[in-house]
Amino acid sequence: MEVPILKQGDFLIATFQAALTDEDLLQLQDALVARVGKFRSHGVIVDVTALDVMDSFAARTLRALAHMVRLRGAETVIVGIQPEVAFAMVQLGLSLEGVPTALDLEEGLAQLMKASERKGATFRGR
Amino acid sequence: MGDEIRVPIDSDADIVIARQQGRALAERIGFSATDQTIIATAISEVARNIIKFAKRGEIILSTTMKNPERGVVVVARDQGPGIVDIQLALQDGYSTGNGLGMGLPGCKRLMDELEIKSSKGKGTIVTMKKWTT
Amino acid sequence: MSKSNSKEGEVKKVAEPVRGETTAALLRELVAHLRQNRTQLRQEWAKRITEAKLLTAMSQEEIFAEATAVYDNYVEALETGTFEALQGYARNLSERIIPRGVETHEVVGIVLLLRDVLARSLFAKYQHDFALLNRILDAYEPAANRIANTVAVGFVQERERTIRQQQEAIRELSTPVLQVRERLLILPIIGVIDPQRSRQLTEQLLRGIRTNRAKVVVIDITGVAAMDSNVANGLVQTVEASRLLGATVIVTGLSPEIAQTLVTIGVDLTKMNTVGDLQGGIEEAERLLGVKAVPLSLIEPQTKS
Repeated sequence: MEVPILKQGDFLIATFQAALTDEDLLQLQDALVARVGKFRSHGVIVDVTALDVMDSFAARTLRALAHMVRLRGAETVIVGIQPEVAFAMVQLGLSLEGVPTALDLEEGLAQLMKASERKGATFRGR
Repeated sequence: MGDEIRVPIDSDADIVIARQQGRALAERIGFSATDQTIIATAISEVARNIIKFAKRGEIILSTTMKNPERGVVVVARDQGPGIVDIQLALQDGYSTGNGLGMGLPGCKRLMDELEIKSSKGKGTIVTMKKWTT
Repeated sequence: MSKSNSKEGEVKKVAEPVRGETTAALLRELVAHLRQNRTQLRQEWAKRITEAKLLTAMSQEEIFAEATAVYDNYVEALETGTFEALQGYARNLSERIIPRGVETHEVVGIVLLLRDVLARSLFAKYQHDFALLNRILDAYEPAANRIANTVAVGFVQERERTIRQQQEAIRELSTPVLQVRERLLILPIIGVIDPQRSRQLTEQLLRGIRTNRAKVVVIDITGVAAMDSNVANGLVQTVEASRLLGATVIVTGLSPEIAQTLVTIGVDLTKMNTVGDLQGGIEEAERLLGVKAVPLSLIEPQTKS
């Protein structure tokens, strides 16, 4: 099952379904990293609201994704982690350290916009 | 009750099937939403270990009773290379695969009981239990 | 006792037709006796309750009123061999007297007293005919035991239910998630944290973050006396899980002793955003929110498009 990627202005939005295999995840990672370059996107939102389990592989892939996207000059925000999923994740020892998170899509977009405004300001300031 | 659900683990898609079956079973015997997620997460981890170390194997899900508590039992069984040092495998931060070492120690934290039987070259059986409280 | 009851009675009748008939007849005689002497036996029972210093939380009038109701239900149970009415009454009585502090031994005590009062009145009545007395007692004993059982068990069950409810309520109360202002939650923790409470607290907080759309949470642990590595790790997990939902956690009220313990047992405090006291924590939270509040309100119309 392929994860749909939506382009909204300067941002890319990927929305997860509940049953996501490792293969789907790796595909998504490649597709997002490629498109960030293609569209010169400023930010990526990965919406995991529908995801029922985040295990070590999914967490590791998301972290790698965020790092790769950052290397291409954009920010990633993971949004919509469910309370139960977050609880199980930290018990398992997964905290997605270094990856920005937000409550939902709306919050994630706000966060990205603020980040790109800041960036714009520093560029103009130079 | 007492019936077994066997999920053959042969590819990464089977990991998803195993954890979905596990969640459904946990829900049927009255686990909270958080516990259902915890059980599904632990199943995902042990199923992943099967793929990573043994290529194939199976997950057997069943229920059990210890009055007045009910429990779910997850058995992950494979005929892979086996675990040489079980104590070491249960230590936080230890991993031979390319993982982060969250696998078995993490599962132990998620579940109430975790037991490993393994012999080199013959395979591994991981048995995990969680009780309703 | 159930020999007077329909089903079992019939089975018994096949095996011992004479005896089955007799037991029913004896119970009928017994019931008639208890009805006849209702006033006197009730008074005797109430008097014995007071003398034994049972139900001290209740007034004389209350004891007599309850004694009357229990007595009538008791006789009815003997007569019909069915216990539903008595069970219902026992539950109802328990509901009323548990909040007043009546203890299990008192309830068991009064039921045993009634049994004794009634047995004595049977002795007095049948002392001239020892064989008949024996048969009456044979019929009375099992019924009386079952009645005592029903009342005592009903009380204990009701008490356990009450205790469970109170525990739930206390747990809820002991971890209140408070919304101080929009997007800011405060979680003041008081008392002892065990793994179970730690878990409940985390679940409650995570739900709170989602429903209130909180961005900052202040966890105040001024009221926590001690912390071992389990609790400390639980706290670290709470902070991490909150962040996964997009909320920043500020921990306040960390006493020097607890801080020292945490460092000694190797808990990584650098992951935790700590501020000295609750007031400081709220100020810091508002600073975080204030910085974010301006661009947020600016961009809101755009995100809706």
